Amino acid sequence: MGDVRVSGLGKAYKQYPGQWSRLAEWILPAGKPRHIEHWVLKDIDFHLHAGEAVGIVGANGAGKSTLLKMLAGTVRPSCGEITIGGRVAAMLELGMGFHPDFTGRQNAVMGGQLLGLSLEEIAQLMPHIEAFAEIGEYVDQPVRTYSSGMQMRLAFSVATAQRPDILIVDEALSVGDSYFQHKSFERIREFRREGTTLLIVSHDRYAIQTVCDRAILMDAGRIRMQGLPVDVLDYYNAMMAEQNHHRIQQKTLADGRVTTISGSGEASIVDVRLLNQHDRPADTVEVGEPLRLQVRVRVNSALPRLVLGFLVKDRLGQAIYGINTHRLEQPLEDLAAGEEATYCFSFPARLGKGSYSVSLSLSREDSHVDKNFEWRDNALIFHVFNTDKEDFVGSSWLGADVTITRHDMASSAIHPAQGLS
Amino acid sequence: MSLALTRTLWRYRGFIMGSVKREFQARYRNSLLGAAWTVLQPLAMITVYTVVFSELMRTRLPGIDSPYAYSIFLCAGLLTWGLFGEILQRGQTVFLDNGNMIKKLNFPRICLPAITVINAVVNFAITFSIFLAFLAVTHSLPGWVILYAIPVLLVQIAFATGLGIIAGVLNVFFRDVGQFVNILLQFWFWFTPIIYSTATLPASVRPWMKLNPMTPLAQAYQGIFVYGLAPSWSTIWPAAVLAAGLCVVALTLFRRRAGEMVDEL
Repeated sequence: MGDVRVSGLGKAYKQYPGQWSRLAEWILPAGKPRHIEHWVLKDIDFHLHAGEAVGIVGANGAGKSTLLKMLAGTVRPSCGEITIGGRVAAMLELGMGFHPDFTGRQNAVMGGQLLGLSLEEIAQLMPHIEAFAEIGEYVDQPVRTYSSGMQMRLAFSVATAQRPDILIVDEALSVGDSYFQHKSFERIREFRREGTTLLIVSHDRYAIQTVCDRAILMDAGRIRMQGLPVDVLDYYNAMMAEQNHHRIQQKTLADGRVTTISGSGEASIVDVRLLNQHDRPADTVEVGEPLRLQVRVRVNSALPRLVLGFLVKDRLGQAIYGINTHRLEQPLEDLAAGEEATYCFSFPARLGKGSYSVSLSLSREDSHVDKNFEWRDNALIFHVFNTDKEDFVGSSWLGADVTITRHDMASSAIHPAQGLS
Repeated sequence: MSLALTRTLWRYRGFIMGSVKREFQARYRNSLLGAAWTVLQPLAMITVYTVVFSELMRTRLPGIDSPYAYSIFLCAGLLTWGLFGEILQRGQTVFLDNGNMIKKLNFPRICLPAITVINAVVNFAITFSIFLAFLAVTHSLPGWVILYAIPVLLVQIAFATGLGIIAGVLNVFFRDVGQFVNILLQFWFWFTPIIYSTATLPASVRPWMKLNPMTPLAQAYQGIFVYGLAPSWSTIWPAAVLAAGLCVVALTLFRRRAGEMVDEL
């Protein structure tokens, strides 16, 4: 139960030059095909194990939604096979089939019936649906009076009222307030512990990295990469900048991390060092220790403008701090081919315990999407230890001080009286 | 094929009946009189025909003296044609109207035409019971012969369902079908003896009328309600066979094109 096996899956849409040629193809018995096959998805192979959570990422039009629709069973594949072990619940669009003039309760019943549940089963689940949605009295009000967040709360509660063997979610979780988002993620995690396989499409890096064990990168209808979410997302990020998709390399570092290098190559990073106050390479750092990031850059062909940026990310790939020489108002201008420059950023490591990575970018402007000479994820990694500071939690050291004033309520009531006497 | 179909429809009966109910509720929501409108509409129609034809124009059917005969003749044909027309017209847009749902939710799509048909039948049942009440009030009830209307209705529903599903599937690929069906229905109505009797037609036209499968059905209703006669089954049979054939064609077409249909919506 819960296994999903996809092999050789493809989807082609038929494109006819006109309606008449479709008619001709339908009617003429010995007719040759008069349509062009437009392949939106090709050669898709993957295997999801029961209880695994897999995220699908990719640009718009990469075929993610089509893939989910085929897994959900609404769109028929043109070739290949899908084997699904168990009941699928697909949330391709929340609140689908809701009628605005009916109450939340009536719509919940309808939604349940659409899932193939009987009235008795729905009646049994109803209290749970209401409790999870937390929309209070509104459940008996027409859905048109709901805010979009409330609609989504109800829809999610109905869709997940019963634990499915396979849960398919398309972007749906990005709506709703953070409280409910948290709550719905918690429910999904709970399902996973009980063995539900999760397949999720999202542009939200955080969602994929915190929930998924694996990520699949889709590009132009094919699977481009599968692997750990962090690696796949780094690659995806590089791919977004490098629209022509050439020159993306990934190297596995000694510690098993993967570094992704992409860019057009007009300038490149020759050397990166993180130095401590004694000018020694710092791969372990004390909380608050002053650091210098030294980057040596080589210009390969003449450039009008060059900006170097660095970004510190935590273990999950969340950005902690990033800055570039454009924002620091020190871009280099009119560089000749063969020129080299050494940058030195200094900053104190006001970070929490844990490991961090540094990504670097060489670009023309503020954003690397405009013109990306080189983008290097995981250019180096360092670990922060805390031996001399108080033991705090979190990713940044704010160095809080504390002063405490005690208010003795019993004696303070007497003081004014004493003053009078 | 039909067994699996029946099983699917049975399993989703909750959804189907819920949708029918919901469509009804939705129609009269925010209206003061609510469901009363379902009754008022046919009542108005019957009243108009009775007043206009039997009182003002004094139209009489040959061979019957009752002042209500022509009105009954009209209603017997019109109300049943209404059922036929509603199934066909709503059937042809059923997939287009629910396009988004078909794309986003995985449920047996055959439920959609089933909802349409049941809805039309329920509408018809309400209208028709007003008609029966009118017959009772005017002492024109034909007696047990009335039960013969049931098999005729079944044939007509099957006929309309088959055509409706075919038009519905084709309409997804060729929007011309929808336009065509609307025009076809107008011609078809006037080629069917509903507001006139075939007896009034020139002899040269009458054989052509027999080619219309709706002719024997309309005549059967008129026979039952106006004259209290059992239908001549020999004229109904061809229509029944045609209806069954259309249903088979409809299901085959639906099955074959269901996947492609989703791509086109």
